[in-house]
Amino acid sequence: MISLGHYLVVAAILFVMGVLGIFLNRKNVIIILMAIELILLAVNINLVAFSAYLGDIVGQVFAMFVLTVAAGEAAIGLAILVIYFRARGTIAVDDVNRMKG
Amino acid sequence: MDSLAIILPEVILTVGGLVLLLVAAWAGDRSADLIGRVCAALLLIACIALEGIPQGAPAAFEGLYRADTFAGFAKILIFAATAVSILIAPRFFRADGPMRAEYPILMLFSAIGMSIMVSAGDLMTLYIGLELQSLAAYVLASFMRRDTRSAEAGLKYFVLGALASGILLYGISLLYGFTGTTLFNGVAASMRVEMSTGELFGLVFVLAGLAFKISAVPFHMWTPDVYEGAPTPVTAFFASAPKVAAIALTARVAIEALGPATDAWRQIVIFAALASIALGAVAAIGQTNIKRLLAYSSINNVGFALIGLAAGTEAGVAALMSYMAIYVVMTLGSFLCVLQMRDQHGRPVEDIASLSGLSRHQPRIALAFMIFMFSLAGIPPLLGFWAKFLVFDAAVAAGLFPLAVLGIALSVVGAFYYLKIIKTIYFDDPAPRFAPATSLTENGLIAVAALLVSPLGYLLVPSLAVATGRAAGALF
Repeated sequence: MISLGHYLVVAAILFVMGVLGIFLNRKNVIIILMAIELILLAVNINLVAFSAYLGDIVGQVFAMFVLTVAAGEAAIGLAILVIYFRARGTIAVDDVNRMKG
Repeated sequence: MDSLAIILPEVILTVGGLVLLLVAAWAGDRSADLIGRVCAALLLIACIALEGIPQGAPAAFEGLYRADTFAGFAKILIFAATAVSILIAPRFFRADGPMRAEYPILMLFSAIGMSIMVSAGDLMTLYIGLELQSLAAYVLASFMRRDTRSAEAGLKYFVLGALASGILLYGISLLYGFTGTTLFNGVAASMRVEMSTGELFGLVFVLAGLAFKISAVPFHMWTPDVYEGAPTPVTAFFASAPKVAAIALTARVAIEALGPATDAWRQIVIFAALASIALGAVAAIGQTNIKRLLAYSSINNVGFALIGLAAGTEAGVAALMSYMAIYVVMTLGSFLCVLQMRDQHGRPVEDIASLSGLSRHQPRIALAFMIFMFSLAGIPPLLGFWAKFLVFDAAVAAGLFPLAVLGIALSVVGAFYYLKIIKTIYFDDPAPRFAPATSLTENGLIAVAALLVSPLGYLLVPSLAVATGRAAGALF
């Protein structure tokens, strides 16, 4: 039987993978965007699992909002990435260092 | 219908913003100046509409949205700071081609997001407001598309901001799961009965996400880079309005939703406050770029404001709001002075060394700069001192003596780099002259800001005390 705990563990693992994906990744900014999506989806699993467990619809409504905002966020992130690529000609994470200190 | 009357200011701004977007698409960048002025006028109208909201903490949409005096006070600060950031922009952008018409409209949408944030009565409203504000801000940071630093600022702000939203959301999902509701009141009611480990985890994640947005240590890494890379009017905006909104939101969440867990979050807030003050003071010393230095200054100031929140009392929250009101005037004034730093070809200069001997070329700008720096440092006759005095007073009244003593000691360290700028302006050998400061709007705004933080500003202190007292009363 799959219980609430199982869902929470999966969501927690996905969340940690997303955060690590942002900090450990040295190669490509696109991977960072994927890691952000992973974090948001982990949150959605949490919300829907809690919603089903509590018998309360609010969590599912919230998950819909998160999905919508995540789409907008991905669009803006990609747009900024395109601007950045045009200006610098690279999207390697190690090269994002014009400013330091 | 009642709910719609309560959100009238946001409705005005939203409808106005959408209409202006159509105008901008149809008339192109020629209309940018006009759209900027209309946006500023809309913000003013929204401020007036705030007065029309019935008193007595009305809640709209079944408690999802609050229009109490606390939100009203924060909104006036937010709208005013946004309007100033819109008005100072055209001349800056004109240096390389005409200003694009999206700029004031994005600012307007960001202001709507902030105004929803400070009125949130539910975790869902909180999230939507925060994202509306952030999404517009990411675009604004990378607004100078051809400038590599601006693009990099936008990218960094986006990645770290999205991470912060993710952390905040994860905390929200835990709070929802373990309390069974997303309403602030409901969360508080559930915590009052019993505080579970899951709720504690949710609290920590939510506070960490909010600390990102107010750029408190240890979540401040994005601030210096974003402030340095973003166009100066946008930096002025980031340092003022979103900071007020995020601080007000943090205060509301901490008091209204997490109030029963005050002992749990107080330790986190105290740590963030002291670490922000210390890092803001020490890291600023070696900076050579004025915008980067002001970024550390803003981290430092957020630390002082958090001392008011750490007190967790009504007086503490009132001190916090007074601090933010005075901080907004000081920081906007400083950035207005930074905007006047242009070489003879009209290109912006950001080196602190280029300020040398400013007092001999432009004594009035130099005087204003000195007033803002002394005020940010908290030197007594200026209003910045009063702001710091209020938060320390509230901390002492709440029994947090060590916090107040450490904060005062660290504020002396922070005074060093403000004094260094004043020394550069008044006593160093003159650097090449700046272009003359000719903009009537900007000079007028500098004069008003300088007057407000000068000792004359104390005339307004009693009314500020009444307003912040009423605002804080709405939370308790």
